[in-house]
Amino acid sequence: MGHATIDTDELGTLVQVLIADGYQVIGPTMTGSAIELAELTDAGQLPAGWGVETGPGHYRLHRREDDAMFAHSAGPQSWKTFLHPPRRKLWSSDTDGSFQGADEETPRYALLGVRGCDLAAIGKLRDVLGGGTYPDSSFQARHQALFIVAVNCTEPGEVCFCASMGTGPAAGPGADLTLTEMSDHFLVEAGTDAGRELLARIDHRDATTDETGAARSALEMAAHRMGRAMPEVDLRALLAGSRESSHWEDVAERCLTCGNCTMVCPTCFCTTTEDVTDLTGDHAERWQHWSSCFELDFSHVHGGSVRSSGESRYRQWLTHKLSTWYDQFGGSGCVGCGRCIAWCPVGIDLTEEISRLAESAHD
Amino acid sequence: MTEPMLPVGYRVIDRTVETHDSATIQLEPIDRSLDRFRPGQFAMMYAYGVGEVPISISGIGDDGTLTHTIRSVGAVSRALHDARPGTVIGVRGPFGTTWAPEGAAGNDLVVVAGGVGLAPLRPVVLSALAARSAYSRVVVIAGARTPDEFLFRAELDAWTARDDLDVELTVDQPAAGWDGTVGFVTEPLARLRLDPERTVAFLCGPEPMMRFSARVLLRAQMPSDRIHVSLERSMKCGIALCGHCQLGPLLVCRDGPVVTYTVAEPLLTVPEL
Ligand SMILES: Cc1cc2nc3c(=O)[nH]c(=O)nc-3n(C[C@H](O)[C@H](O)[C@H](O)COP(=O)(O)OP(=O)(O)OC[C@H]3O[C@@H](n4cnc5c(N)ncnc54)[C@H](O)[C@@H]3O)c2cc1C
Ligand code: SF4
Ligand code: SF4
Ligand code: FES
Repeated sequence: MGHATIDTDELGTLVQVLIADGYQVIGPTMTGSAIELAELTDAGQLPAGWGVETGPGHYRLHRREDDAMFAHSAGPQSWKTFLHPPRRKLWSSDTDGSFQGADEETPRYALLGVRGCDLAAIGKLRDVLGGGTYPDSSFQARHQALFIVAVNCTEPGEVCFCASMGTGPAAGPGADLTLTEMSDHFLVEAGTDAGRELLARIDHRDATTDETGAARSALEMAAHRMGRAMPEVDLRALLAGSRESSHWEDVAERCLTCGNCTMVCPTCFCTTTEDVTDLTGDHAERWQHWSSCFELDFSHVHGGSVRSSGESRYRQWLTHKLSTWYDQFGGSGCVGCGRCIAWCPVGIDLTEEISRLAESAHD
Repeated sequence: MTEPMLPVGYRVIDRTVETHDSATIQLEPIDRSLDRFRPGQFAMMYAYGVGEVPISISGIGDDGTLTHTIRSVGAVSRALHDARPGTVIGVRGPFGTTWAPEGAAGNDLVVVAGGVGLAPLRPVVLSALAARSAYSRVVVIAGARTPDEFLFRAELDAWTARDDLDVELTVDQPAAGWDGTVGFVTEPLARLRLDPERTVAFLCGPEPMMRFSARVLLRAQMPSDRIHVSLERSMKCGIALCGHCQLGPLLVCRDGPVVTYTVAEPLLTVPEL
């Protein structure tokens, strides 16, 4: 099936149909200072007319001249907040040797406005948390229940480099519906049966060849307007060969080891656990929450932390994202969304660090 | 399928004091039992309200019980070490790779242990003894800081008395009442006459001890893929979900703890990896 066209207003119907089908619709909304992903009950909550200006250590909203709803590259949150929540109960026990799973009710999320980079990131999380011998059952259930409305990205930001990572600006496969936002309509493409059924329930018509052509050239232009590119080097080999590079010291002088990059990264999946008991000691619970390889405790074994220096922790982060992720999960751990650049308080830019590592590897 | 993050209740049925800080506990399932553990594999063991840590099996457990030897070094290991018969412990597993001693059949077997590193290797020796004729020579070299710090002391003495097993015990420093070898495990190891292409070595102990021992074996022309080591990293899940146990390309809980020295050498020689 080819592309369909829907009027801009019809997005409201899309949201209502998803809600009627029992989905909790999550999409971009405006908060005071950033675009936040939150539950939508009405398409009117979408940040129409808002854009963002990003740079290293920089993110600022601005009014646009048009009413575009999805023209604001990646914000501080990612969809992992919903698929792999920041904090979750694993089990409880009454100290008698029986353990009860958290028994959570699986939320049925419809994600509205997933860009190519983030669609790829959801795929990375699925490979890590759902693709091994022991899948995370909570993640798997949430993932299987998803309805995904992707958007092709025609407004990349200054810190974006998805084109060089092969994840955008066009959204790859895996979405139920994919939208391209044009000035007074959306182009829609259904990628699954569920997507086709949903499209049939909203007011649409076949797209004209002019419309599909305009959308295609908007995407091509977007790929060229992207603020950054990952250097074209063999990242996996470069980092595997840079374990003892002196450049890590250089980064460590700037890096605050705050872990912001890992929190905003849509693929960073690491967690730790927390054990709690009530005052009587008869009831115990175990909780899981996000953690980061920048925490000193992260690598703690008896006798101290394996990675106590800042340089070893930055090396772990960058090497995991771009190199050892291949060894562990068969692909890159970075999708080029640029969040870690924008939300780094001192503006460390991984594409820049890679250029410098590549240069020093040549010396 | 059972939920791998959900512990299964076991009850301590026996406890043996090994040294001033180590004890062996035996556990039996309360309702349901876990799959059988293989030598080298580990369990995630939960002490009520305190926490959960990885502990290798130190026994064979043909009867469905689990045997673990624990050195008390911090809050969780202390609680497990202190657990008296009757105590309920939450256990998950079996996780990780195995020493697979059966794969070494037909070869000489060299087991080198430092300190509590003997615990994960005990099942290797026990299974070799149970199928003794499958192997040529079986050598056990165990080191401890002091004579009082050997695990399984009575068993070590019984092994020493056997003529189908070469056992060498060594302590770091001379001590009153010790007339055995003094020095690190590398010394008796260096004295061994090895047939490098027909030997399989299993090393477990502190990282420097494994590195130095492996170096001795490499110098004796042993190929690095005939040397196996067991790695230790922080572990929160045991099943490749939490990211804590990374060592370069490895998720130690999934790709280890037992790996060949071919894999381990380039990783153990980089500080803070
Ligand atoms: C595969 C494997 C097999 C093992 N087998 C055995 C065995 O057979 N016998 C044995 O005795 N030991 C074994 N160990 C070692 C054992 O797991 C550790 O001794 C144990 O984890 C120590 O935990 P603890 O809480 O008692 O000590 P601590 O040193 O206090 O704590 C270690 C753990 O608790 C957490 N922790 C404690 N303090 C901090 C802090 N300040 N900040 C952050 N985190 C902290 C860390 O996550 C760390 O993993 C094994 C380890 C591995 C990886
Ligand atoms: S490493 Fe940075 S650019 Fe890459 S996916 Fe994570 S946040 Fe995005
Ligand atoms: S980069 Fe660090 S926090 Fe992110 S997934 Fe890797 S180890 Fe975990
Ligand atoms: S212990 Fe969690 S990933 Fe290995």
